[in-house]
Amino acid sequence: MGMSASRRRCPHLAGAFVCLILAGMTWWGTAVAGALEEALPGLADRAFPVKQQAVQALAATGDGRALPILEALLAGDLYTRETADPPVVLARPSAAGLRLTHPLTGADLGDVERGAVKKIPLNNALRTALRGGIATLTLSSPDPVVRSRSAKDLMRDPSPESVTALRARLEQEEDAAVRTTLVLAVAVADLRVGTPQARLEAVSTLEGSLHPEARNGLTTLIANETDADVKAAAERALIAIDDRLTWNARAETLFFGLSLGSVLVLAAIGLAITFGVMGVINMAHGELMMLGAYTTYLVQQALPGWVDYSLFVAIPAAFIVSGLFGIAIERTVIRFLYGRPLETLLATFGISLILQQLVRTTISAQNVAVENPSWMSGSLQINPALALTYNRLYILAFALLVFVALLLILKRTALGLQVRAVSQNRAMARAMGVRSARVDALTFGLGAGIAGVAGVALSQLTNVGPNMGQAYIIDSFMVVVFGGVGNLWGTLIGGMTLGVANKFMEPWAGAVLAKILVLVFIILFIQKRPRGLFPQRGRAADG
Amino acid sequence: MRKRDLIKRLVLGSGLALGLSAVFPATAADDTIKVGVLHSLSGTMAISETTLKDTVLMLVEEQNKKGGLLGKKLEAVVVDPASNWPLFAEKARELIAKDKVAAVFGCWTSVSRKSVLPVFEELNGLLFYPVQYEGEESSKNVFYTGAAPNQQAIPAVDYLMNDLGVKRWVLAGTDYVYPRTTNKILEAYLKQKGVAAEDIMINYTPFGHSDWQSIVSDIKKFGAAGKKTAVVSTINGDANVPFYKELGNQGVSAEDIPVVAFSVGEEELSGIDTKPLVGHLAAWNYFMSVDTPENAAFIKQWHAFIKDPKRVTNDPMEAHKIGFDLWVKAVEKAGSTATDKVVKAIVGLETPNLTGGIAKMLPNHHITKPVLIGEIQDDGQFAVVWQTEGTVPGDAWSDFLPGSKDLEGDWTAPINCGNYNTKTKTCLGSAAK
Repeated sequence: MGMSASRRRCPHLAGAFVCLILAGMTWWGTAVAGALEEALPGLADRAFPVKQQAVQALAATGDGRALPILEALLAGDLYTRETADPPVVLARPSAAGLRLTHPLTGADLGDVERGAVKKIPLNNALRTALRGGIATLTLSSPDPVVRSRSAKDLMRDPSPESVTALRARLEQEEDAAVRTTLVLAVAVADLRVGTPQARLEAVSTLEGSLHPEARNGLTTLIANETDADVKAAAERALIAIDDRLTWNARAETLFFGLSLGSVLVLAAIGLAITFGVMGVINMAHGELMMLGAYTTYLVQQALPGWVDYSLFVAIPAAFIVSGLFGIAIERTVIRFLYGRPLETLLATFGISLILQQLVRTTISAQNVAVENPSWMSGSLQINPALALTYNRLYILAFALLVFVALLLILKRTALGLQVRAVSQNRAMARAMGVRSARVDALTFGLGAGIAGVAGVALSQLTNVGPNMGQAYIIDSFMVVVFGGVGNLWGTLIGGMTLGVANKFMEPWAGAVLAKILVLVFIILFIQKRPRGLFPQRGRAADG
Repeated sequence: MRKRDLIKRLVLGSGLALGLSAVFPATAADDTIKVGVLHSLSGTMAISETTLKDTVLMLVEEQNKKGGLLGKKLEAVVVDPASNWPLFAEKARELIAKDKVAAVFGCWTSVSRKSVLPVFEELNGLLFYPVQYEGEESSKNVFYTGAAPNQQAIPAVDYLMNDLGVKRWVLAGTDYVYPRTTNKILEAYLKQKGVAAEDIMINYTPFGHSDWQSIVSDIKKFGAAGKKTAVVSTINGDANVPFYKELGNQGVSAEDIPVVAFSVGEEELSGIDTKPLVGHLAAWNYFMSVDTPENAAFIKQWHAFIKDPKRVTNDPMEAHKIGFDLWVKAVEKAGSTATDKVVKAIVGLETPNLTGGIAKMLPNHHITKPVLIGEIQDDGQFAVVWQTEGTVPGDAWSDFLPGSKDLEGDWTAPINCGNYNTKTKTCLGSAAK
């Protein structure tokens, strides 16, 4: 156990170099017999370079038992302990704290309390080494998906050993998809180390490939190439790649714009009901969204371990919570203030401060952590250069869904008919037997509930904190006014237009200026068309 | 349409928030020494500043347990400037003129410090400022216990350049004075190190920016040019969360393009899901994970005071602890709380910091600090991957900006000047009266 001794001798980073040599010598001395057993304790060392050495040694053994150890280390399941042997153990959460198992034999080592063992910390260099090591070990895995991923990992940072491994694999690979990746990976490596002939072939293999590594490799090649033919070919290949990338970039920007637009639409659509249909200037609209986001948080707290499904509970819950708050606000404050917009504005502003403080005192002044379900993380890879993030895709779809649902409620249900009747001509509606007070409360509740649902979506994108609503209130009013007060279609088109315009301006104007330009554009637009994109028509609307 | 006019008023309405700040009245007794606490307890900065208020209260309580100062009890006077910069100046005036506090511990953003600076200079008060800042300032009345750029930004860039081999740089920041000045210094520094202009990308975003899609996509493209790329982030506060989330979702990992942040600490990480952040870096002068007996004692004291074992400690808290210790030592040395005596006594005083070193008050009113680079772990803590040998003295005026290279701050006799030009041997601003 030479290395466990060196672990104790290396308390500080300063001694890392000495430890490195020590650890290296220990490993060298006993490389063949029990290489795995010898390399393992190095993982328990405090110095990162020693750990990295141990990882490389483990990977180099080619021993099947090394793979689960490296994977556990990357996943954060590998712990060290001071006293007993072995110093490195696998730990999984259990009822008593942590259940330890022997990393090599898999023998059960019993339960310990949390804190009795220490998780092995990682750094980026170590993570890169781990991924490389795992990729080398899994390159001949029976699963083609794993093989393909390993080839991609090795392509990112090719070393002479990995190139040999890739070539050897290519000889015997039968799966077509994996072959394609392997050919690319070998070509990328050839750009660096191959003969002029091999480089030229690699360039033609990579022509038109959208893999970032291909472009990286070509750029480096052009900078260092001495052979004129290869250089010219590489330049041609690069231009072809850049051509394709431009189109991808445009598609990407359009998606970004639509996704920003969908957030604007979600934030504004509740307001389109309360402000647009009822004419209430509701400054607490942002806080109703905030309540929806906090409902998501509370639902996640109540259902630990159900993160992937909690959103389906959170959406109706947020609708009910914010809706009830909305009805309460309407019944206790707003109904006394109809027709007095300035007072409504001040009163609802006060309510917004009360709601913020309520959350601050009952939950926390700090932001709270809302977790993303796994199906909303990551991105949909259209091609190697174009990926659409799942959370944005789902929220785009969700915004459209909410829009359609709201449209159906307003156009197809009895409540919707009454809402439209009251908003167009209150006196006439009352004369026809519509209980306008009840309709007002329900309409406001509906708008508030939709705001709550928007809050659920926002909790997946941004911070959940007491102030989060304020960031969206101005944007929401902007969208509703731009789209045309009282028109849901206006809100949809308005929000999407503003989102796309913002994103197309951002690359050359910067985020700050793009926002200002959009605001200036809206001000000018409102001067020209005071009623927005889709003005509401009718006698009552003229009043 | 009348509704349309009202939109304008919505904006004006937010001004009302000013009037709604809570004031904690001070009940004065004659035999106490008063300590002002000027941290926002409401508004956007409450997230970060509330903790600092609690830290000062804890330090005051501890000092009183030790028997107070000069035989008197300490009394904390807490006011709430509500994240409103002009209100900071008003509250500072109230603390010095009305409550007659001996010293003030406060401010977070640079703009709030700039707002109170004339008040402290006019009324000759004392301010201990605990947050990392952009430098280019040295006042007789302010003690800068946070990091100057040479104690945070420059060492972080050195680490990226020398240890990680970074060749291309993205300087991303929130659009206000601290990021703009820091990035100006960094740009000058990088160019001096031979980095070409096309290898530097500078990007500013508004406060609380939440839609990072195109910026992250730009960073990704910028990083796909065959050279190792890193992001130096002066993005402030909670705008960081959606930024890191977007990096994770677009598949940018810390191994490809590491982000080193100057405003993300344990407190900021405690409110978020840290999975997408693992491996990204932060540069500070203190981390909660630092393993020293001083730090363990401080964390224990904090948990006992706040009655919540889950609360974290962070860099500005350590700065307040150091500032408070130095102030207590200076008052004891001077035998008085009078500003001029304390200012004279404090320079050169030393106190242990929490990372095993010594913090010394320098003539330019900055202190010596170690610089630590940490990588974010999945439990929201930092693993230290690099640190300076010994401490770095804080430099008020950057050596990398043409306008301030020759300036230095020295508040000891005979210079007594915050912006002394070492070439012309003149004090460009006003010397101490």
